[in-house]
This record gives sequence, C-alpha cells and structure tokens, in this order.
Amino acid sequence: MPTVAPLDLNGHCIAALFIGDVPYFALADGTVHRLDYGHKTLQIHDGLLAATLDQAGSQLITGGEDGKVCASAGDSVETLAEVGRKWVSSVAAGPQGSVAYAVGRSASVRFSDGRSREFQHARTVEGLAFSPKGMRFAVARYNGVTLHFPATDGKPTELEWAGAHTAVTFSPDGNFVVTSMQENALHGWKLADGKHMRMTGYPGKVKSLSWSAKGKWLASSGASAAIVWPFQAKDGPMGKAPLELGTRGNALVTCVACHPSEDIVAIGYNDGMVLAVRFADAKEVLLRRPGKGPVTAMMWDKGERRIAFGTDAGDCGVIDITG
Amino acid sequence: MSEAQAPTQTQIPVTVLTGYLGSGKTTLLNRILSENHGRRYAVIVNEFGEIGIDNDLIVESDEEIYEMNNGCVCCTVRGDLVRVVEGLMRRPGRFDAILVETTGLADPAPVAQTFFMDEDVRAKTRLDAVVALVDAKHLPLRLKDSKEAEDQIAFADVVVLNKTDLVTPEELAQVEATVRAINPSARIHRTERSGVNLTEVLDRGAFDLKRVLDSDPHFLDSDDQHDHDGHHGHHDHAHASPIHDVSVKSVSLRGGEMDPKKFFPWIEKITQMEGPNILRLKGVIALKDDPDRYVLQGVHMIIEGDHQRPWKADEKHESRLVFIGRDLDEDRLRKSFEACQAA
Repeated sequence: MPTVAPLDLNGHCIAALFIGDVPYFALADGTVHRLDYGHKTLQIHDGLLAATLDQAGSQLITGGEDGKVCASAGDSVETLAEVGRKWVSSVAAGPQGSVAYAVGRSASVRFSDGRSREFQHARTVEGLAFSPKGMRFAVARYNGVTLHFPATDGKPTELEWAGAHTAVTFSPDGNFVVTSMQENALHGWKLADGKHMRMTGYPGKVKSLSWSAKGKWLASSGASAAIVWPFQAKDGPMGKAPLELGTRGNALVTCVACHPSEDIVAIGYNDGMVLAVRFADAKEVLLRRPGKGPVTAMMWDKGERRIAFGTDAGDCGVIDITG
Repeated sequence: MSEAQAPTQTQIPVTVLTGYLGSGKTTLLNRILSENHGRRYAVIVNEFGEIGIDNDLIVESDEEIYEMNNGCVCCTVRGDLVRVVEGLMRRPGRFDAILVETTGLADPAPVAQTFFMDEDVRAKTRLDAVVALVDAKHLPLRLKDSKEAEDQIAFADVVVLNKTDLVTPEELAQVEATVRAINPSARIHRTERSGVNLTEVLDRGAFDLKRVLDSDPHFLDSDDQHDHDGHHGHHDHAHASPIHDVSVKSVSLRGGEMDPKKFFPWIEKITQMEGPNILRLKGVIALKDDPDRYVLQGVHMIIEGDHQRPWKADEKHESRLVFIGRDLDEDRLRKSFEACQAA
C-alpha cells in the first residue's frame, strides 16, 4: 500500500522535487521547505514565480517577483542575477550549470562562469527550455518558438505557428519541440524537417507536460484523463490517438509526472487526488486521496520509490509507493 | 452563449482604468489607493509613469495582445494580464481587489475580454467595471487624432469627465454630449482633479448580470433625455455623432415580448457576424411566457445572458437592447430584432 507523509504548508506550491534524497517544496510566497531530518524553511524570494531543478540535480533554480534569479540548496542561496523591479517569470536549467531566465520580452542565459547573454524578442517570453543536447534553448512566444544557440553567434531558428505559446519542452532525444498554447492545445515541431504536429481536443489549458522514460510518450494535463501522446514513431504522434489514462468523470487532471524508467505516470487532479497508471493496461493505483486543492507539482525521486507533490492550497507531501 | 457564472466569494474584483496621459488617471489611482476604505489593492500598470503610484503591490507588464486561434479576429486577450493575474492570485492574501491601469493608447476590449475568455483568470477574478478618465479640455483634440480615445469612452461603464474647471459651461456641455453620443449607457461624472466619489467608480458590478442594468438609469429609464422617441416608438433612433471625428455610434432597440426560439438564434448570429464591430452590448429582454427578466451583456463576440429576476407588477414587459459599435447597420438590426417578437 502506498503511504503519504503529509507536509501541510500555507500557499501555492510551484515546485515539488528532490535534491539527492531530500524533498523540496517551493511556494509562491518565496519560501522553500525541505524535509531533511525535520522540516526546514528558507525564505528565498519575495514572491516566487518559477522553479526548476538544475541539470546536475544538486540545486534549485528559482525566479521571483523580486527580480532575482537564485540557486539554492540546503541553507545556501546564491543570487545569480538581479533585474530590478520586473518579474522573472520563467527559468530553465541548461548544461554545465547554465541557467536561462525570462523577464518581459527578454530571455537571458547565464553561464556557470558568470557570463551572460541576453536575447530580446518582439513579444513576451512565455516559456523556456534547454535542449537535451548541446547549448541550445527554446523560447515560447506569441506565434511560435525561437531556438537560440547562446554559446555561438549562430542565427536563431524560428518555428512559426499562429497563436500564443505559453510553455515549451524538448523531447529527451532532442528531435521534437512541443509547446502548450493559450487555447487548450499542444503544438509540436519535428526539428529535422519542421513538420507540424497539432494536438488538440483538451477542455482546459495544458499546464503540465511530462516525457516518459526515453521519450517514448508525452503525458499532459488539461482533461479529465491524462492525455498521453505516442512519440515512438519518427513523425511523433501524427495520425495516432493518444492514450487516455486515469479518466475521472468529476475531476480534471492538473499535473502529470512520468516514472523515471517504466511506462507509468503519476496523475494529479484538481481535487488533490493522485493516481499512478500503467500505460500498457491502464491499471490504476490510488496514491493519495483528494485533499484541499489541485495538484500543481510532482516529481519522482531517483530511487523510483517516492513522489514529492504539492498543491495550490499548500497541502504537500511525499508519497512512498512501496509503503 | 454561456450561462453566467455565479460570482463566488473568492473572485477578486477588477477595475480597469483607461484614459490618456494627463487625463487624471494617476491622480484617481492614488486616491483609490490612499483613501480609507479598508481595501488593499494590487495595481497592474503598463509602464511606471513619472508620477509615482503609492502602493506596496505594483506590477509592471508589457501590453501583449494575443489573438485566439479560432478564426475570430476580435477574440483577443491580454497575455500579460493572464500571466500577472495568475501570479498575483497565487498569493491571494495580499490584496482584496485589483486595479488595471492601461496606457492611453491601449485598446480596452482585449483587457475586458481577458476576464471572460481566459478560464483561469475568470475562475479567480471578476471584472467589476471599466472606468474611462476623460480630460474635458483636450477630448475634442484626442478624438481627432486617435481611435483609442473614442474606444475607451465607448467601452466604459463609468466616464469621469475630468478637469471641468478648465472649460466653459458651453464647452463642457458639448464634451458631455459627445461622450453621451459615443456611449449612451455609461454613467458620467463631472469632476475637477479626479474628485469623483469613489463609490461611483468602485464596486459597480457593471458586468454582473444580476446588477448590470440596475445601475444603469440611462438604459432603463424611458424618460432618458437622449431617448427622444421613447414614448411613441418601438425603438430609439441611433445617436448620431454631433462631431465629425466620432465613428462609434450606438443603436438602441426596443420591442415587445420576444419569441425565445427566434431571439436567441438571432442574437447569436448577430454577435457572430457583427462581433468585430460591436464594442459593447447590453439588454433586458422580455421573453414570452417567462416570468423573469432576461439580461444580456457582451463584448465583441463574447455574450453572456441570464435570467435576472421576476418582472415587477408595474413593469412593462418590453425588450431593450443597446449596441455600441462601428459600422452598425441600424435599420437591419432594428428590423431583424423586431422580427424576433412573439406573435
């Protein structure tokens, strides 16, 4: 039986993740909580807007309403950048300790040696993601995606598709870029030939995307089930129907997190429930009963045994699937 | 057409302030923030002006208009507001209401539509009113050189006609008539130094279907001075613009009881076809065999309607609808509206 170790906090959880074996919970009020031989708290921002784990898995990268970009772990905080009174609305972690962050219409990359490069855009930078290979990052913007090569002076690649793209992700093999859009849809590009992929039919906005092991599937929120698109074929999901896993008649999926090695997805709902569902036979296991608010963040640990989760009401915790 | 959502306790009211630089917008904003009404505000501005805004919680955002990918050119939202409101609402304990200050060049429609079209914004906030600050002295000039000044007035629920001390009574009357010609249903308040009573600006419920038309005497009152043929006709005439530089006009329609089988397809079709030209619409409809008033309000193609309350015993069962917009074919609107009347 799965067990849940609750951590009742006060506020919207932006990210729940593990640094080593320690679960971390980053809240919108700027506090970061961790369960490291007891509950410990660190105030990092005056208002935290975005958080992600660095690629080494050793630091939490955050951006705030206070215009700061920070890297933190345990009790130590380093301010990587300060932009004044504008919001740092998005952050992404790249190779060799690099970090990208978005402020209004600009996206900046800070390299581990402290150098940084800024890229201006005609429209607001809505989402950021690094490619899994090489020093390349994607900016989600109105009417498409811009791919930058910040280590060189190479010209950016523009991927166009009409509409507002609010978040972006690369497939783990680096062959596909997928965005979520303002109008309840995903859009994808196959980078080799620029082929478009439209993934529509969601009743709500897609706020959570998660690639399964080896990038064979892309799980998404935004419907009454987790919508899981097949990416095994060379053209991705085109012409194929997605899996619909964990369908519930009276709830919406708000967060998805794929298992690190198996074809299983943890699904969080707007009532706080969490299920684990296997792709092969759609078998469901209840991991957490409904709570106070929609699940907003989840991450599996390296041991593939625990899931850190958070909600918009602050009732966070750690699920141990082995009990 | 979507049924109106019942406002919940947790929905934060949003007031939109429009108006040109120098119209007194910042003065009004600072009055709202500093007067002792017990409310804490989050303020969203497009640019930090030269005159400071005295508030703890100010967010600057770059105006970002997003067209929706549904083929509807007027279905636009403000992407920056979606993001900022979402961010603010993640820390809801800090404020009780939101003020959005737009630049003088901003189109108010995407601002308003954000609060109807974006599901997340709509779940957590409700648009209370659009307030336009108008500089009585410079309005004629503004109307000459920009479409935005006109749009802001056409769009407003409340017009604060400011700096009245800088014009003669005749000029003031002319300016007010111009405002009235552009927007017959807005409340107009004449002020100096943005000295309007704040209760006339805040908590108006202008988009709340339960209240929308109750706070709108010009709309309901058939003795309205601008409703010249209200006593003998089935419709008002279109309010022709008294000055050359105004391209917005209003069409006020009046009819008897409507056949719902005809009326609803008609209003749906009109808003689909004429949506880009319709800035605002408001209406009270008497539906045949229905004891309740049916109220409507719309912004471009977005239209909401709901049963409001039973007709009172002394109320005349009649239907009234006002369109504010550009290039409206008054004759066609009137004829097709009247054709929806119950036999």
